[in-house]
Amino acid sequence: MLHEPAPVSEEKDNASDWKAKLGIKLFWLYCVIYMGFVGTAVFSTKLMKKPVLGGTNLAIVYGMGLIVFAILLGLIYNHLCTKKEDAMNLSGESK
Amino acid sequence: MNYIANPIAIAIFLAFVGFVLGMSFYFARKARSAKNYFAAGGTIHWFVNGIAFAGDYLSAASFLGICGLIATMGYDGFLYSIGYLAGWIVALFVVAEPMKRLGKYTFTDALDSTFNSKGIQFMAAVSTLTVSIFYLIPQMVGAGSLVTPLLGLPQWMGVVMVGIIVITIVATAGMTSTTYVQFLKGGLLIIFSTVLSIGVLHKGLSTTPREETFVPREINAQTAMAGQLDDFSFVATITDEKTGQTFVKLTSDMVLEAETPPRAVASWWEVEGTKLIETQAKTVTSAGEELYNGAPKKAGLFKSVGRVIELPDGQTETGRLGVFKYFSTIQKSTIVRYPKSAIVSLNDSGDTVTLYRPQVTSGEDLMVPGQKFKIKDGMGKLNFISLMMALFFGTASLPHILIRYYTVPSQRDARKSTIVAIAAIGFFYVLTLFMGLGAMTLGVIDLGDGNMSAPLLAKSFNIVLFSIISAVAFATVLGTVSGLIVAASGAVAHDLMDNFLNIKMSDQGKVKAGKISAFVVGIIAILLGIVFQGVNVAFLVGWAFAVAASANLPAIIMLLFWKRTTAKGITWSIGVGMLSALLIILTSPSMYGQYGLDMSTAWHRLDNPGIISIPLSFLTLVVVSLMTKKQAAVTA
Repeated sequence: MLHEPAPVSEEKDNASDWKAKLGIKLFWLYCVIYMGFVGTAVFSTKLMKKPVLGGTNLAIVYGMGLIVFAILLGLIYNHLCTKKEDAMNLSGESK
Repeated sequence: MNYIANPIAIAIFLAFVGFVLGMSFYFARKARSAKNYFAAGGTIHWFVNGIAFAGDYLSAASFLGICGLIATMGYDGFLYSIGYLAGWIVALFVVAEPMKRLGKYTFTDALDSTFNSKGIQFMAAVSTLTVSIFYLIPQMVGAGSLVTPLLGLPQWMGVVMVGIIVITIVATAGMTSTTYVQFLKGGLLIIFSTVLSIGVLHKGLSTTPREETFVPREINAQTAMAGQLDDFSFVATITDEKTGQTFVKLTSDMVLEAETPPRAVASWWEVEGTKLIETQAKTVTSAGEELYNGAPKKAGLFKSVGRVIELPDGQTETGRLGVFKYFSTIQKSTIVRYPKSAIVSLNDSGDTVTLYRPQVTSGEDLMVPGQKFKIKDGMGKLNFISLMMALFFGTASLPHILIRYYTVPSQRDARKSTIVAIAAIGFFYVLTLFMGLGAMTLGVIDLGDGNMSAPLLAKSFNIVLFSIISAVAFATVLGTVSGLIVAASGAVAHDLMDNFLNIKMSDQGKVKAGKISAFVVGIIAILLGIVFQGVNVAFLVGWAFAVAASANLPAIIMLLFWKRTTAKGITWSIGVGMLSALLIILTSPSMYGQYGLDMSTAWHRLDNPGIISIPLSFLTLVVVSLMTKKQAAVTA
């Protein structure tokens, strides 16, 4: 495998603004759910003890849920961005 | 615990390290230019880069530290898994593509892309160096921990060994070899952690302890203290001033394998009502000799701990369990653990005695936050929120993670590799819960070093699995340390020498400067690794995240999203964020403990600086940018 310098700086991406906006929206969505987790852990530990799935408590389910949700959001984001990049960069559109 | 080197373990370990070094030399021939050295030529495939990201990220802190924390503190250790992974959301949605678009070799390039400011070049390089060194400490501590059970060597030798190997790797090939080492080890770590987790579920839970696990004996207090026992002789009682708890010292004549004739071995017992409960004791005599349960370490009297004493519905064994059944069963069980908070230190006629006492905890309490983070009091809440904040914002600010965006050809590849990383890392973090709880319930925790919980869990299954897991974990440290040293050497050679000091160097000169910097940073890392021996590595990484989030994140975010940001704003923000985080850490109770001072005399009670230093860094950037706006406009 060769490891030559890649022409990175010349890369032009018409979809970058659109992707940045989508990224921020998804970031806030995740941030709110994450804050919900931290808030529940700190201010309502008793609630965290409640069994919610197959006898497993909310703390485990919420914690694992945050990990799985991050993966899902990542996949959705990539799918939407790739679609938009293909559409905007092929047509040379810039919004 | 007494560690004896195993030939199989040594063979597997040496083969693995030899392979990694061979790979490094192979790629060395391809790394001739600066771009190849620092950014692997920008042509790494996104999938390889994604797994290498995971390799970089799943450092000693994740495998050794988190598993160790879960094993000793339960759910609180898992909070690190959640926070570390959540941080990738910031990296993916906010930082990945713009960083790729703006940068060339280093994170400083990206920050400085629109300003060409000497201030930014200097502060960003210093911040990269500081964060890299903070992150290096736990890696080196982890390396030392691993080498002891694997090769039977002392901790410091492990640290020195990693230092030398890594300096060799980095000084030969730079980012290319680092990437492939990370790819290999990231993949192997996930595969073998999966095997280990399946093993834990397959074994299930049992109230019958393993032969190697410590089970405290109980004797009648009155009889023992009256000297009426055949096996023990009463020596003394000592009351701990802090807790008011009384302990009894007894001796018994024992023939130790390594010694003849019989010697009097001292044991320490906690008075509980009419009973004496046995503790495990480490004694450092006034002559400097270390005794474990009254005998030298090689006698093997000091045992591993952690066990289930009660299962739901009076069961004694569960057999194989499913994922949710495993968690719900632990929630309904009762577990004996040995938290740091239960450790007592006594002075016995000049000898320092550390007593490890069992603490019975309900599974229900263990499986929610609260064992490590005392979230019931105000300062505990603040510390907890501060840590979760630093973990969330720290990932996207780590220089050795940021430079990996420059190793792929395009922004799309940067994004895709981040998603591969999130999936791989997320999956691994789910596994940490099984490995940590497995170590806790199967009684493999080493009281002297909780960081070894996951490898020792593997050892409880079989020696081959232990050897492979340890070799992979060692390679984990090698890879992460390599990445950090590349980032640090880039900061010195490229940002400081080339950009800031304007020292004109040929392409090969830059690579040479990078390699010399790698050597110096490596030596610093070795020294710090020895100093911080025994401290939980996940906890130490929490500090690195806090410094990174405070120094770098406000600058990155505001540069990308606030048009009024000025060069001076960025420079001041990095400086204030970094210094305030460092000041809070260096004056924190945990550091006081590290200095050997009374923790209660620390300047403040905040162990995690993020909640103060991150907003302060943002505020500094805004205020200084607004103040220097006119100046910037005139200059432009």
